[in-house]
Amino acid sequence: MESHGLTKEDLLDIAYYLRLTRTLEERLVALFRQAKVIGGLYRSLGQEGESVAAAYALEYEKGDVVQPLIRNLGSILVAGAKPADIIKQYMAKGDSPTRGRELNIHFGNPATDGFIGQISMLGDMIPVMAGIALAGRMQKKNLVTLAFIGDGGSSTGAFWEGLNFATVQRLPMVVVVENNAYAYSTPTSKQTAAKTLADKAVGVGCEGETIDGNDVLAVYGATRRAVERARAGGGVTLLEVLTFRLKGHAEHDNQSYVPQEIIDEWRGKDPIERYERTLIDEGVAAEADFEAIQKRVRREVDAATDEAEKAPMPRGEDAAKGLFAGDGYWNA
Amino acid sequence: MPETTYLDAITQAMSEEMARDERVFLIGEDVGAYGGAFGTSRGIIKRFPDRVIDTPISEIAIAGAASGAALMGMRPIAEMQFIDFITCAYDMLVNFTATNRYLYGRACPIVVRGPAGGGVHGGPFHSLNPEAMFMNRPGIKIVSPGTAYDAKGLLKAAIRDDDPVLFIEHKYLYRRIKEELPADDYVVPIGKANVRRRGKDLTIITWSAMIYVADEAADALAKEGVSVEIVDLRSIIPFDEEAILESVAKTNRVIILHEAPLTGGAGAEFAARIAEKAFDYLDAPIKRVAALDVPTPYSPPLEAFALPNRDKVIAAARELLAY
Repeated sequence: MESHGLTKEDLLDIAYYLRLTRTLEERLVALFRQAKVIGGLYRSLGQEGESVAAAYALEYEKGDVVQPLIRNLGSILVAGAKPADIIKQYMAKGDSPTRGRELNIHFGNPATDGFIGQISMLGDMIPVMAGIALAGRMQKKNLVTLAFIGDGGSSTGAFWEGLNFATVQRLPMVVVVENNAYAYSTPTSKQTAAKTLADKAVGVGCEGETIDGNDVLAVYGATRRAVERARAGGGVTLLEVLTFRLKGHAEHDNQSYVPQEIIDEWRGKDPIERYERTLIDEGVAAEADFEAIQKRVRREVDAATDEAEKAPMPRGEDAAKGLFAGDGYWNA
Repeated sequence: MPETTYLDAITQAMSEEMARDERVFLIGEDVGAYGGAFGTSRGIIKRFPDRVIDTPISEIAIAGAASGAALMGMRPIAEMQFIDFITCAYDMLVNFTATNRYLYGRACPIVVRGPAGGGVHGGPFHSLNPEAMFMNRPGIKIVSPGTAYDAKGLLKAAIRDDDPVLFIEHKYLYRRIKEELPADDYVVPIGKANVRRRGKDLTIITWSAMIYVADEAADALAKEGVSVEIVDLRSIIPFDEEAILESVAKTNRVIILHEAPLTGGAGAEFAARIAEKAFDYLDAPIKRVAALDVPTPYSPPLEAFALPNRDKVIAAARELLAY
């Protein structure tokens, strides 16, 4: 096992975030079925490994910023997002980070939180993350930004403009392209004729690499190298992580367009089971460690759910406030 | 006192703000050594070599990177080489930039600026007046100065504003308008109109280069004994409703004049506001003078026919006065 300089404590910390991501999502599914989640619910089942591992390669105390897409819940947990806030977001509560104005994991302030949620227009966050990296350089902070994009999102013009600009400027930025085989119902073969999504790096002149997205340590190692290169002035890296979306686009989608044997095959490649098995086989951890982690995670998710369920809905009349700085709504 | 062109007023506003506040930087196409396609940033890179960023031809990246930097506390000025190209960045500006405060409580203080407007035979892709396409997407302020004084003062106000501002310059005015400007620092507040000419018979509500068309019409009408009041809105969002209603209450007749096409133009909103709030003061219908509902054509006779001019305003005024 190549541990890439991670201590036992770090390795168990990663295990904690993996379990937290899955357990929190399972809780959200329960809340969704109780009609307590107002909007859609998007699972990262089978993709938790790369979300957590890539985000774990950043150093938030240095000002690093991660930007998740909808299936990167794990990444913002690593950056410090609170489970209660995430549940409140899904439940459209008045004291959620966006005060009920936006959905799910679309929140976060890059200047203070270490993460910033996406908007729904895919690709738009790539130029924004380049701008955050640019500001960091101008402000003489040594920060790195990490943007997630999908196989589908990497077809957008904004993706190309942002990646190209960041590369030309040699900005300290890493872009992780999750190739999870489908963008909603469209297979990657209908997104691009490129052999790999990492090949897209060639067109702009940045570094590109494809890695097994369900191998937590491989994703961590590759991202860590890319982050270190970016921080040292070596510019942008595009990392393609190969993984698979084990659920539909959202809870309403039964994934009927995916052949069953492919789903079955990928079920056997679960990144969390694989990671934990590796730690056990290598003698780093025992079953009891993961049982303890699961107990802790369950306790935290229970507490977060209680807090979110008790939280008030927003007052309708507040919809008129907070468009511009002048009314002071966001200072209150 | 030497006179300052509308263009130099913009350059001065940018370089003075960059000197005053090290968070201010300029990003756009050809804005560095070349000084911008029209020369609005000429010389700025020499004074501030680290704060002028030449970009690829990528309006989405310009708007997006400026917005990302603004979230981190910078004060970017993003230049669109021609304001027409802002349509390439429309998604970024209306969905990301403009929503930061309302949705997430984040400040995104960017200025997006660039040359708009026709009258210089730029053709359909170099003559846009974009205000209406941003008016219906809340979260971005819109200003559109017609004088050198206002160009400088409003640009400074825009740079200092804590929210995103679309600063619409008129390329026809860049070198044609010259004024003596105050030597001292000043700002023109966003959201305040300027009553450019006082009158009692008829109000023309307008902005940007159309203020000079209004002037010409008012001069001609004055010879016939008609006293015209001209309200230069200067800001489109937020707009000075009080100034509009006050003038209409005084003159009881109103023309709204703008260079963008008529249908769905900004004037429709102002007309609706007047109808809702000052109906009792009106002695005649609200009249709009605007461009034809066509892309701005290239050839001078076509362009002249499509855009508003003095005679169209005079004809509208006569109609109202005879009502």
